[in-house]
Amino acid sequence: MTMNLLLTGALLLLVSGVPGLLLSRASGLGERIALLLVAAGTVCGLTGVAGVLRSPVPLLLHLPWSMPGGSLSLSADGVALIFLLPIFIISFCGALYGLGYWKQAEHQRNGRKLRFCYGLLAGSMALVVLAANAVLFIIVWELMALAGYFLITTEDDKEPVRKAGYVYFAATHLGTAALLVMFVLLGQTTGSLDFVKPQSLDGTAPLAGLIFFLALLGFGSKAGFMPLHLWLPGGHGSAPSHVSAILSGVMIKTGIYGIVRVAGFYTAPPAWWGWLLLVIGTISGVMGVAYAIAQHDLKRLLAYHSVENIGIIGIGLGLALIGRSYHLPLLTGLGLAGALLHVINHSLFKSLLFYTAGAVIHATGTQEIDRYGGLIKSMPKTAVLFVGAAVAICGLPPLNGFVSEWLIYLGFFQAVQHSSIGVALSAMFAPALALIGGLAVACFVKVFGITFLGNPRTEAARHGHEAPASMWLSMSLILLFCCLLGLIPWVVQPLLRRAILDWGTELHTAAATFAVARLPWLSIAASVLLLVLLLLFGWLNWQRHRYPQQRGATWGCGYQFATERMQYTASSFADTLVSLFSWGLWPQKHDCKVLGTMPTESHFSSHTPDLVLDRMVLPLSTHIAQACRWLRRQLQQGIIGIYLLYMGLAVAGLLALSSLLGGAQ
Amino acid sequence: MNLLSLLILHSLLLLLLAPLLPGIIAKTKAFFGGRKGAPVLQLYFDLNRLRRKGMVVSPTTSWIFFVGPLLAVAVPLTASLMLPFGGLAAPVRFGGDAILFVYLFGLLRFFTASAALDTGSAFEGMGAAREVSFSCLAEPAVLLVLLLLGRLAGSFSLQQMLAPQQLAVAWPAQGVTLGLALVTLLVVVLAENARIPVDDPNTHLELTMIHEVMVLDHSGPALGLIEYGSALKLWVLGGLVVQLSLPPLLPTDLAATTLLFIAGQLLLALLIGIIESVMARLPLPRVPALLIGSGLLAAFGLILILR
Repeated sequence: MTMNLLLTGALLLLVSGVPGLLLSRASGLGERIALLLVAAGTVCGLTGVAGVLRSPVPLLLHLPWSMPGGSLSLSADGVALIFLLPIFIISFCGALYGLGYWKQAEHQRNGRKLRFCYGLLAGSMALVVLAANAVLFIIVWELMALAGYFLITTEDDKEPVRKAGYVYFAATHLGTAALLVMFVLLGQTTGSLDFVKPQSLDGTAPLAGLIFFLALLGFGSKAGFMPLHLWLPGGHGSAPSHVSAILSGVMIKTGIYGIVRVAGFYTAPPAWWGWLLLVIGTISGVMGVAYAIAQHDLKRLLAYHSVENIGIIGIGLGLALIGRSYHLPLLTGLGLAGALLHVINHSLFKSLLFYTAGAVIHATGTQEIDRYGGLIKSMPKTAVLFVGAAVAICGLPPLNGFVSEWLIYLGFFQAVQHSSIGVALSAMFAPALALIGGLAVACFVKVFGITFLGNPRTEAARHGHEAPASMWLSMSLILLFCCLLGLIPWVVQPLLRRAILDWGTELHTAAATFAVARLPWLSIAASVLLLVLLLLFGWLNWQRHRYPQQRGATWGCGYQFATERMQYTASSFADTLVSLFSWGLWPQKHDCKVLGTMPTESHFSSHTPDLVLDRMVLPLSTHIAQACRWLRRQLQQGIIGIYLLYMGLAVAGLLALSSLLGGAQ
Repeated sequence: MNLLSLLILHSLLLLLLAPLLPGIIAKTKAFFGGRKGAPVLQLYFDLNRLRRKGMVVSPTTSWIFFVGPLLAVAVPLTASLMLPFGGLAAPVRFGGDAILFVYLFGLLRFFTASAALDTGSAFEGMGAAREVSFSCLAEPAVLLVLLLLGRLAGSFSLQQMLAPQQLAVAWPAQGVTLGLALVTLLVVVLAENARIPVDDPNTHLELTMIHEVMVLDHSGPALGLIEYGSALKLWVLGGLVVQLSLPPLLPTDLAATTLLFIAGQLLLALLIGIIESVMARLPLPRVPALLIGSGLLAAFGLILILR
């Protein structure tokens, strides 16, 4: 019954865009039907999630199937629940947001395609998480990847969008190729393409390391671990905002799901698995946020923050794997709980950030941070939503981002106490997590300050306007979740407990984990902070009414005629940190020197291209393409005799090969 | 001692004594400069005066402008609840409170810097940029110290990590490590409280300031909150240093330990005053090197006890 509910939910999402295809371009009925179907799917799905949580064992469904290699099997366990929850919630919020953001009436050309693919993406993601057979998994995985491609290229009339789509297409298929090999090897080990129970394979087997590495490669390119992140900045930057939100908040997490699932199959994995994830996670985290700081484009910046957060999740998973290698249930529990909670948290605040970014872009018509300013006055509600999401993503109390990072820190603390230096040294990565947090604060102060505070820098920013009700409603809903998870984090404890248990850990692990991580204390501390804040606010307000308040211009060292162009810019704000990280960012500055006592007009611009995509992969591909073109010129002469010679040579070569091989047998 | 009286005593100690510290620092600097200097209680007078003033608010600002000052007091106050004051135990203590302690100050930084950007002034933008950039480097250093103390104490609660009984055992055995941790913490306290050699609170040129320039536009009660808040922050962060360096041989008497803690705070203020008198501030590009260096010291300390 519960499984049927989950499946119904997934299928409803999957088909939500279909009715719209049958209606006319101008009709707004399709978008409402789609929203209704997504809402129905979400209700079914969430009821299903609650059902799985109540059932003592993971749910399984086996149906006969004509495909080779096992049956059509689906399963829903604790790990799947963690990922299903954001899939259903964010799909609904995105559909609601899209009603105002991408109105069919305003986007007749691509509105129906967008909603059709949005439904496909949402439904296939749910199926990816539910699939328990490699063939089924690859089919829905590919469906998800293709839907993602068509969503990124929604505005395919624009050149950069097509380019971003192409990079995504190439990256996702390289990943799928690695996954195909991985599943074949996995099938060889187990003898069936059905997924096995957690902790049922030997981690020290020779193939296990290769399988894990391939999983990391295939799933990591979807998740966006550095240096496999190359499709993220362009992809998330080009798609419509609610699509960026579901791609960045939810779809990349299916990569994390894959890693968790495959790593969970193995018992006692070698220690390098965890260490590798820890290192990759740290690189992604630190460099992701460093790149984010250097960006001028709001959505590219948010995309790099996804790389950062995936890094944080990777750090948590790395700790969990190290815990499993050394049989430290507490380390496993805390690392896994932190990573999985961060999956939920990131899906919430990152979606909210993309939604608010969408509202800002909607109002101003540009993605350049340096063209905003003072939007808090024209868009006060959006400003509150953005600041909430920013505090959450920086991992600051009292919002939800802090809770998951706190769990990971507790994991580090378990590690540092261990007597074996192999485990204890992993705690040296904890300062990296602190650095990531500090850099994230710097980045979001920059974004929030330059976008919403100060004076409007352009005419467009001056005439900002609040988002329509459907967008606003969907954003508020997510902020509410962020606050709830931050203020009363223990509500997710049963969910995390279940996930830890279903990852194949020892029975007492989950209980022990939450005996160390006392989540209710965070509620107490947060309420103290809010109480003090409220008292002080009351006092300050009282004082403001008692003693008259004057208005006076901002202090400019005596200069009275400061203009909005004299405000600090995003690039200047980031300059100290960008130059501190110039060894990894390689920022470019195009500046003209100011010469003479009466200098003439001069220009300055700075730009930070992606190290992997723009400086390695693209130049390399260009060279390969050139080499191939040269080779083609050599081979293709257009003379029939030469082609006949090729054929003859090929046949002779094949004959020689077969006789040689036959001789060997 | 029951929780309520502990809470009241703990908070009163902080709220009443913290404004003494800036006074002592100023007096020390005056002594070194051969001046008479302002009275030690000057900040109390200032706060009382600021309380009764009307504010001048720029039309550019929004509600964010007031969140900074409010958090300036609320954050140190909340964080202090997790810190033992000598014999007075921390009223709020749980495994992992050390992380909350550090991250609360991150929240304060977010809103102080945002409040600075809220005025639209380029000077305040510069200050905000410097504050968030340099703090990024201070945070890993603090975390290394916490890991180190956590490993020594076997607990991740500040109460346990800084318990005098536990430190009395640790100092003779791991003196070098704890010494390195102490130096790191001292540098962080100087940096986070905008003291020389990182920032000069008394400078008069907006271009070179870090912390002071962020609050240029605040006035009246809001400025009072900021001034009070920075005194509280100095007490709370300084409390880490003092608690760590309380003499190892201690009477079990709680009152004596607490008095010793207060004396330690005053001594620390004196020390900061001396540092400020005998040193010049570093050029801004050199600040990251200082912070990274202090972090490395703690890292060495940690490696020493991990081996």
